[in-house]
Amino acid sequence: MLAEKYPEEVKKILAKYPPEQKRSAVMPLLYLVQRDAGYITKQAMEDIARLLEITTTDVVSVVGFYTLFHDREAGKYRMQVCTDLPCAMRGADQFLEQLCGNLGVKVGEPTSDGLITVEAVTCLAACDKAPMFQLQGRDRLEYHENMTVDRTMELIAALKKSGKEAK
Amino acid sequence: MDHLLLRHREIPEIKQLDVYRKNGGFEAFQKAVTGMQPGALIDLVKASGLRGRGGAGFPTGVKWSFIPKGVFPTYVVANADESEPGTFKDREIMEGNPYQFLEGVAIACYAVQANAGYVYLRGEFWNIAHDLDRCLAEMEQAGLLGEKLFGTGYSLHIHTHLGAGAYICGEESALLESLEGKLGQPRLRPPFPATYGLFGKPTVVNNVETLTNLPLIVAKGAEWHKSLGTADSPGVKIFSLSGRVKKPGNYELPLGTTFRKLIYEYGGGIIDDRPVKAIMAAGASSSLIVADDKALDTPMDYASVRTLGADLGSASVIVIDDTLSIGWVIGKTIHFFKHESCGKCTPCREGTYWMMQLIDRIQDGGMTRENVDLLHNVAREMQNKCLCALGEFATMAPVTGIERFPADFQPSVAGGKHG
Repeated sequence: MLAEKYPEEVKKILAKYPPEQKRSAVMPLLYLVQRDAGYITKQAMEDIARLLEITTTDVVSVVGFYTLFHDREAGKYRMQVCTDLPCAMRGADQFLEQLCGNLGVKVGEPTSDGLITVEAVTCLAACDKAPMFQLQGRDRLEYHENMTVDRTMELIAALKKSGKEAK
Repeated sequence: MDHLLLRHREIPEIKQLDVYRKNGGFEAFQKAVTGMQPGALIDLVKASGLRGRGGAGFPTGVKWSFIPKGVFPTYVVANADESEPGTFKDREIMEGNPYQFLEGVAIACYAVQANAGYVYLRGEFWNIAHDLDRCLAEMEQAGLLGEKLFGTGYSLHIHTHLGAGAYICGEESALLESLEGKLGQPRLRPPFPATYGLFGKPTVVNNVETLTNLPLIVAKGAEWHKSLGTADSPGVKIFSLSGRVKKPGNYELPLGTTFRKLIYEYGGGIIDDRPVKAIMAAGASSSLIVADDKALDTPMDYASVRTLGADLGSASVIVIDDTLSIGWVIGKTIHFFKHESCGKCTPCREGTYWMMQLIDRIQDGGMTRENVDLLHNVAREMQNKCLCALGEFATMAPVTGIERFPADFQPSVAGGKHG
């Protein structure tokens, strides 16, 4: 159960909102549980609903509405390339195409080892530093800016290596 | 002139509390709480002429004065959901000069007597939210937040709240819904947030850059602020410059600086020294401005940009050179708004979908008079019918692109990225 598993975090999150407005905690709690498996399980959604005294449907609909919440497993890391207008003027589309070519995947399809899923996403507020992407993993969400395909492949090699060492 | 908002450009350590305080930090907040009536503070900000920097350009002090007297609790929400293609100024403020922003939030809270403020950040600003949490904890420790501040009866707490990837949450009523734990979909208005905002209570929603101006206005006065910029648009503004320029980035300049100066003097001119073809002054939601000499010499203030059939908005200036086709440009903006439409109202949900189908068809070898007219017609039919501004935004580039750049939509044009 959520409150038993993360007593301190849950307490801290609930303290941000008036006691009669517990529902506001739904998004922070979803981020908290998403850390576990990289996605949000049905069980976790039910736990959050019970804790906040809302229906499971309410929680499921929030998960479905927001793009940073995931309800199924994907590659361990999501490499989310912005291809919106300002980035596209600085070569983001070609960057995405070449990166997927090098990895031998289509956009949105995980690499065969399950490490990386390359995705095309909308604006990340880094329009002056394209090509760029955010790397979303269980433990991190970080920006990589002014990137080249070569430097991105080096980053992927490093992620592979650290994954192997962790095993 | 030294930066007023991007002060970390001169003082990189200003993101540390002691350095910020050595440079006058939190004196304005203390002065307000210990020496000013909330009403006098609102009058000061009104007199300064500060207008909202998020896009609408509404006078900040006037917005505050809509908060009804004697109804408690009230809330202040900082809109840090910066998500529009072309916009990346609030991110730099929060990363580089976080305490000036947070002091601004605190001043706004005192002005409307809110005891709680929220900073709503887009989910991708996860690291920034963690850094702000650390800043807020240090402020509590230093007695700048908490109970009975500076020996007065005033108490204040500020919290961060992360969104999770939805452009629509930058729209203030959708942001409030999201902060309440619901889907980020706009509310029908009226009532406006000033009377029925967060948790149904009177609420002020201000943009990050707007709030970051406040400590200086309180410290230096309304007349000082009015001495910067133009009479209609006082103060400095951060212009986010992107697209086909040599030196993209944020430039803090007085309102009223010309497009030409921004693009050529600060932005270093166009890549490969090509001619500039079109300008979007307010990100992906802009009208497309034909970049002739008249436009380039137009001062970037709220009233002057309007004479070009466009808005200054958040001053996110996207520069398009002559290598790019306008069909490709509007294809990009249409896809963005189709993706971000929240689905609540029919004109936007269906209209953005139809526009996407049409622009895809046009770019896929279907550049005919009929298809272009149909796209123009669908966009026009959406206007003035959507529940919030996003639907309206989605139509701006297609309508003005087709009307102002007819050569790019002739049947002889292939419709790809380069025409």
